[in-house]
Amino acid sequence: MPFLWLVLILLAIAAVGYALGRARALASSGGDIVQLHSLPVYYGSNAALKSLVPALAVLAVWLVAQPIYVTNVVSGMIPQAQIAEGVSDSLALSEVRRIADGLDLAVANGALTEGEARDGNADVGALTQTLQDAGAVVTNEITAQALAAAQRFRALSAGGAWAMTAVVIAIAVIGAFVGIRQTHKDFRARNVVEQGIRALLIAASLIAILTTLGIVLSLVFNTIEFFRLYPALDFFFGTEWAPSFTGRGGASSLGVLPLLWGTIYISVVALVVAVPIGLFSAIYLSEYASPAVRSFAKPLLEVLAGIPTIVYGLFALLTVGPLLVSVFGEGGLLGVNWQGGGRAVITAGIVMGIMLIPFVSSLSDDIINAVPQALRDGSYGLGATQSETVKQVILPAALPGIVGAILLAASRAIGETMIVVLGAGAAARLSLSPFEAMTTVTAKIVSQLTGDSDFASPEALVAFALGMTLFILTLGLNILALHIVRKYREQYE
Amino acid sequence: MTDTNASRTAPKASLLTIDSHTKRRQAAEKRFRVYGIVAIVIGMLFLAVLAVSIIRSGLPAFTKTIVEVEFTLTQDEFDAAEKQLFKTKAYAGYFNAALLTKLREQGLDVEVDAKAIERILGKTGGTIREFYRANTEQIGQPVAFKLAAASRVDGYFKGRVSRDTLQDSRFMQLSDLDLVDALYSAGIIRQVFNWTFITGADSGVDNPGGAGIGASVVGSFFMMLVVLGLSLPIGVAASIYLEEFAPQNRITDFIEVNISNLAAVPSIVYGILGLSIFIQVMHLPQSAPLVGGLVLTLMTLPRIIIPARAALKAVPPSIRDAALGVGASKVQTVFHHVLPLATPGILTGLIIGLGQALGETAPLLLIGMVGFVARGYPDGFIAGFTDPNSAMPAQIYTWAARADVGFYEKAWGGIIILLIFLLTMNILAVILRRKFERRW
Repeated sequence: MPFLWLVLILLAIAAVGYALGRARALASSGGDIVQLHSLPVYYGSNAALKSLVPALAVLAVWLVAQPIYVTNVVSGMIPQAQIAEGVSDSLALSEVRRIADGLDLAVANGALTEGEARDGNADVGALTQTLQDAGAVVTNEITAQALAAAQRFRALSAGGAWAMTAVVIAIAVIGAFVGIRQTHKDFRARNVVEQGIRALLIAASLIAILTTLGIVLSLVFNTIEFFRLYPALDFFFGTEWAPSFTGRGGASSLGVLPLLWGTIYISVVALVVAVPIGLFSAIYLSEYASPAVRSFAKPLLEVLAGIPTIVYGLFALLTVGPLLVSVFGEGGLLGVNWQGGGRAVITAGIVMGIMLIPFVSSLSDDIINAVPQALRDGSYGLGATQSETVKQVILPAALPGIVGAILLAASRAIGETMIVVLGAGAAARLSLSPFEAMTTVTAKIVSQLTGDSDFASPEALVAFALGMTLFILTLGLNILALHIVRKYREQYE
Repeated sequence: MTDTNASRTAPKASLLTIDSHTKRRQAAEKRFRVYGIVAIVIGMLFLAVLAVSIIRSGLPAFTKTIVEVEFTLTQDEFDAAEKQLFKTKAYAGYFNAALLTKLREQGLDVEVDAKAIERILGKTGGTIREFYRANTEQIGQPVAFKLAAASRVDGYFKGRVSRDTLQDSRFMQLSDLDLVDALYSAGIIRQVFNWTFITGADSGVDNPGGAGIGASVVGSFFMMLVVLGLSLPIGVAASIYLEEFAPQNRITDFIEVNISNLAAVPSIVYGILGLSIFIQVMHLPQSAPLVGGLVLTLMTLPRIIIPARAALKAVPPSIRDAALGVGASKVQTVFHHVLPLATPGILTGLIIGLGQALGETAPLLLIGMVGFVARGYPDGFIAGFTDPNSAMPAQIYTWAARADVGFYEKAWGGIIILLIFLLTMNILAVILRRKFERRW
């Protein structure tokens, strides 16, 4: 693994830099630490940081940039005529990459020499045979252009890897050298090292911004690509969801409305379960319960929040679904035949509600506890009972916070994936009955992106548009909720 | 209260008799209290039902049904069988004869035909022939064969298949169950602990008996190494900056808003991010624990930064003032004094964050870490990061989505293992908090 070696070499250079920097500092003061501006550690760290940080930064950027550059060069080599025939850009590229991988494999197996693999005038038919014999997955008809592109791809990748190793090691050595050269007893090593540490800390906190940027960019670009292939109006106002995987485009109806309806319906059912239970437990735990009951019941309820969602998904599919069918299904306890199968809105909704109970209860608990005791005392002083105090004083005072908590819970419900994938079904429909299977935005993102479909087809790209819808929806709810909670807090602080 | 109420309750005979209005108010008070108790009880009930159904449905995954027959093959029989056209059939014949003798010895008289045994045990001849060809020195000596029973026989012992629900098919017939009962009373069929489930890898869609979670535990392990290695330094560095160094300005505000919003972004969106940035743009390998770890790191970071900042904030300013007062620089103050004191709180948040990452499924499905990829163990330490693998929750999802009912049991069993890991991590977090957290 050359990459691992490269990192180890960098670490070794940094270690040598550290030792030399420290030794040089001590030598410059004649071995007397008191003469130095900083502790010897800082002189060593200065050299080590100067060699390691720029080298690793360049390495990281190179690792990201090289594939992008190589892809651009290679995709320029594929004739536009071939792309126009209906073979998509990414498909042609992945074929090129497969040929390149095949050449690597053949060289590794000894079926081809390195020279033969690079030969631009090789007989395409014979080469295809050799590659297939070597066990590479390539099509039967490699075109001359694709082969040339693959050879260029290999040359660029290999050249890039060498250049990267050379450049990164050179930077590390130069950095270490500069760090050692600076070292002198009057050099303010501590201040320089602390500046460096501060810069690293800032870089770490910028990762949050980079992540947001990454999310937004990956959603926006692919969504734009999707709307180029599929009309935006049909997506936002279409009432039918019927993706086809046989043809390419055209035949699919990709309307988001049935998915949004399913998402909202399931979330509403979940909130109908979670809000009363969560709110009443929060009121009881904060106003009535003795410390012993509280210290026992609160953690137990919060266990529900720590259970992975896949467990809830399985619980919905295998326990709650069949249970509900035995009540509402054919020949069930109620004698009605409302529910056909275990997967239904109500199944997913109830289970999601269970998941959200601790979410609602602990947020509301915090908010109710934040209501000043003076308000309670004033109410009791006027002769109100405890429940009247809760209903007429505490809840109105805590209302904005509770609304915020409910909005946060709603945003969780909308973004929840595994429960609906396993419990709600796969059929997209606009129906009012909670006993029917429906599907949601998240469930369809999973099903559109885990199939074998080509990433350039509208059927796969629609997942990004769905992701965008989901992201905006949950972000909007969160911002609204945080705004309400914050505004409320200002009242009492 | 209001005037009308006051005038209505005014002509009161005695304070000792409770009038109707007070009664109503007290009843309302009682009702309200009951609502609260009911809500908590319902919550607990859900938890109990969940726990019971996990344990009841998951425990059978840890046992399997085997048929153990001790049986001696002589050299002559071996030679004779190897000469035949249908070699495995000959071996199956020897095996069936041995089985029959064993039953007769126990005084049990049942119809045994080769087809029925094949339905119960699968193709025994092949297994036996493989064994003797590999271990020729065992010929002529008694060998105890432990053969896994078919999925339906396994189901019969675990209550999944019963005489009432069984329909005759080429997989199993009602008469076979008589034979199974006879074998059971002879002590030939029995249930043993299923090591394959713990150490094995995913099996094909038609072989629930051979499915194991071991390979995906390894996948999860490598993923968690990536998450730990990246999110600990980055998360701690970011929270130190925001809590100790950041000036109060718009950029800091923007970062803080970003972090709190990222904590609430649905996990599946991180999967989309991973798919398009790490796989489509950076061309990292699909289904690799490395990519899964990167995605989960981005997802976990805000959930680590928030408690880490709280832990740093809880260190009293007097510590900082004292350090600065004796001449330490700001950086020295933070790294030598504040950070060590905040470590227990930071670690607690880290462990809880890692636990959430361990149980996360949806983003892994998008980057290709689905269960059926976990076909074996990686070749080495480095390969563990880059070889296609799955993770525990994704493996459970794959089993739950399969048609064969036998996999449901495996999915529940997988959940028990996953929850054992999570429970261990959470107990560790609680112990850390109890033992080291200081209150000022």
